[in-house]
Amino acid sequence: MAVAIREYLRGYLGRVRSGELGTLPIILGLVVISIVFQNLNQNFLTAQNLANLLVQGSGVAVIAMGVVFVLILGEIDLSVGYVSGVGAAILALTVTGQHPWPWELSVLAAVAACALIGALQGTIVALMRIPSFVVTLAGLLGWNGVVLLLVADRGTIPIDNPVIVGVANSLLTPDQGWLVLIVGVALYVSFLMGQYIVRRRRHLSVDPLPLLAFRAVLVAGLGAVVVYVCNENRGLLVPIQGVPVITVLIVIMLVILTVLAGRTKFGRHVYAVGGNAEAARRAGINVAGVRIAVFTIASTMAALGGIVLASRLRSVDTGVGGGNILLYSIASAVIGGTSLFGGRGKVVHALLGATVIQAIDNGMGLLSLSAGAKFAVTGLVLFLAAAVDALSRRGRTAAGIG
Amino acid sequence: MSQTPQTTPPLLELRKVSKSFGAVQALKDVDFVAPAGTVTALVGDNGAGKSTLIKCIGGIHPFDHGQILFEGKEVAIHSPKDAAHLGIEIVYQDLALCDNLDSVQNMFLGREIRNWLRLLDETPMEIAAGQTLRDLNVTTLKSLRMPVASLSGGQRQSVAVAKAVLWKSKLAILDEPTAALGVAQTAQVLALVRRLAESGLGVILISHNLNDVFAVADRISVLHLGRMAADVATADVDSQEVVELITTGRYRRQPAHAVREET
Ligand SMILES: Nc1ncnc2c1ncn2[C@@H]1O[C@H](COP(=O)(O)OP(=O)(O)OP(=O)(O)O)[C@@H](O)[C@H]1O
Ligand SMILES: [Mg+2]
Repeated sequence: MAVAIREYLRGYLGRVRSGELGTLPIILGLVVISIVFQNLNQNFLTAQNLANLLVQGSGVAVIAMGVVFVLILGEIDLSVGYVSGVGAAILALTVTGQHPWPWELSVLAAVAACALIGALQGTIVALMRIPSFVVTLAGLLGWNGVVLLLVADRGTIPIDNPVIVGVANSLLTPDQGWLVLIVGVALYVSFLMGQYIVRRRRHLSVDPLPLLAFRAVLVAGLGAVVVYVCNENRGLLVPIQGVPVITVLIVIMLVILTVLAGRTKFGRHVYAVGGNAEAARRAGINVAGVRIAVFTIASTMAALGGIVLASRLRSVDTGVGGGNILLYSIASAVIGGTSLFGGRGKVVHALLGATVIQAIDNGMGLLSLSAGAKFAVTGLVLFLAAAVDALSRRGRTAAGIG
Repeated sequence: MSQTPQTTPPLLELRKVSKSFGAVQALKDVDFVAPAGTVTALVGDNGAGKSTLIKCIGGIHPFDHGQILFEGKEVAIHSPKDAAHLGIEIVYQDLALCDNLDSVQNMFLGREIRNWLRLLDETPMEIAAGQTLRDLNVTTLKSLRMPVASLSGGQRQSVAVAKAVLWKSKLAILDEPTAALGVAQTAQVLALVRRLAESGLGVILISHNLNDVFAVADRISVLHLGRMAADVATADVDSQEVVELITTGRYRRQPAHAVREET
């Protein structure tokens, strides 16, 4: 057992040296942020505020999950904000009005349109080799224009479809919350154990059991805190309690995209292209195809994020997709630990980063600080994350092979 | 042309291949042989045409004229895929590995094993990669699961070479595999090259370092200004003579059996 732990520590140090810090620093950062804000304002760690925080950050978190793929590829997508706006606008226009479409069809139309946008931008980047910064900057302007054209004469489009509104506004019952948690943790633990047993049987290196136990306890504990807090009654007049449905949806997306990135041939090739595109090409990988697919994923996730944002506001107006959505999405991925230099990152980084940003935004809001102060602090945190990334990269080249 | 009659044809044989880039004639009527189970060194001055020859064999650009025979049969190689299909694996000095991926992921890149769910099946990949490295006596690698960025130059080169072995390629071409390495790591890679040949592969080794060449090569082919100046057994020459061949394309003491007549 001691040997296994030493082996693990050695591996961990190797990964740190090669620029992968893991998720522990960011989780510690979140704890620090929570303690600071709780000391400054007793309302920060209330059930009401924490449940609020989960929902507030959800749209950006969904968009950021797509951004992670683009960053792993070593590219950037500046258009995700307004692409999410296009998705939200298409949804709002079709699901309301005289002849509303069924919500399934509206969602499909919004997602498909945005997927096409991503495929188009990806094709331009992949085949014409125009830097993605420029292509998606053009996209940022262009899709902003399209949003204005789509929504313009309507001003604000209220959404009343109960399913769409429910995406970001409905809650599980307390019992459902616990049930989902138990099933989720059971699946996670059986996955960890299954992997451990298979590798052990084949005499391959395994993570030490105490570490697995620590991971399982951490996930179960965090989940239990979330469920417990959300199940507190936070209503003033009528009882309001339960885990937001969107939180469960986000965890499902997290699992699907994590499997896509880490357990499929496609995901492996995304990392390869981001690490060394020429080596990937020589290994027979269709580099252009991978690039196109990744930009398609980013735009698709943007559409889903746009739907979440529209659902939360119960309406879409001419400003949809604007504001700080784009900056927060990219900042989430980077603060969470995804490298701007390509080749390194995980989908869960988007979630962690979005939580940090939302905690800062929310906590400073409680202190009634101005938007200016919020942006300044968020900017500082983003800078710190990028600096850590750059420094660990420098350490890598210094330790590596000239 | 008169050759000693052979029972089995050489693994790779090039007959009168030529390649020009516009006005530059990079290769002219080159004959070249790489038998299985031997290390054939390809040497020559800068610009002699070594890399061009390798790229043509690897399908990066095709020869203008001439024949390629692989295992005695004439073949056409138009793309890196064609070369890989024949069992030709080229280990490039640079650009060979993805730094952010680990050894297993690099060795299986583009040829990943998947399970019935079409998800990556890491276990058999890790077992096969580990077995291959062990077979090649690469023992300095502590963990197969560390990004190759954290490996030493020699270890990275070993991983790249092991990839060729893993895929049961028949011909491994190594373009200056020791150029960036220190003494110990060079020795490590050269030993690996030797073991590759002993396991039955044909190996073509490009190098500017004659010490390396004499340490591992069975035969030496010398390119001079795009022509094949000599094709000799390592035992028949000393490094003085090879230096002379590289710089002038001929040498004073001419063993008639070793040097092709110049026209
Ligand atoms: N893509 C190309 N286009 C035009 N000329 C080329 C090209 N590739 C090689 N050449 C020319 O062909 C000749 C042979 O080059 P090659 O790269 O094969 O030499 P080399 O033997 O590998 O030299 P070195 O030891 O410096 O690597 C040179 O004159 C070079 O300028
Ligand atoms: Mg060369």
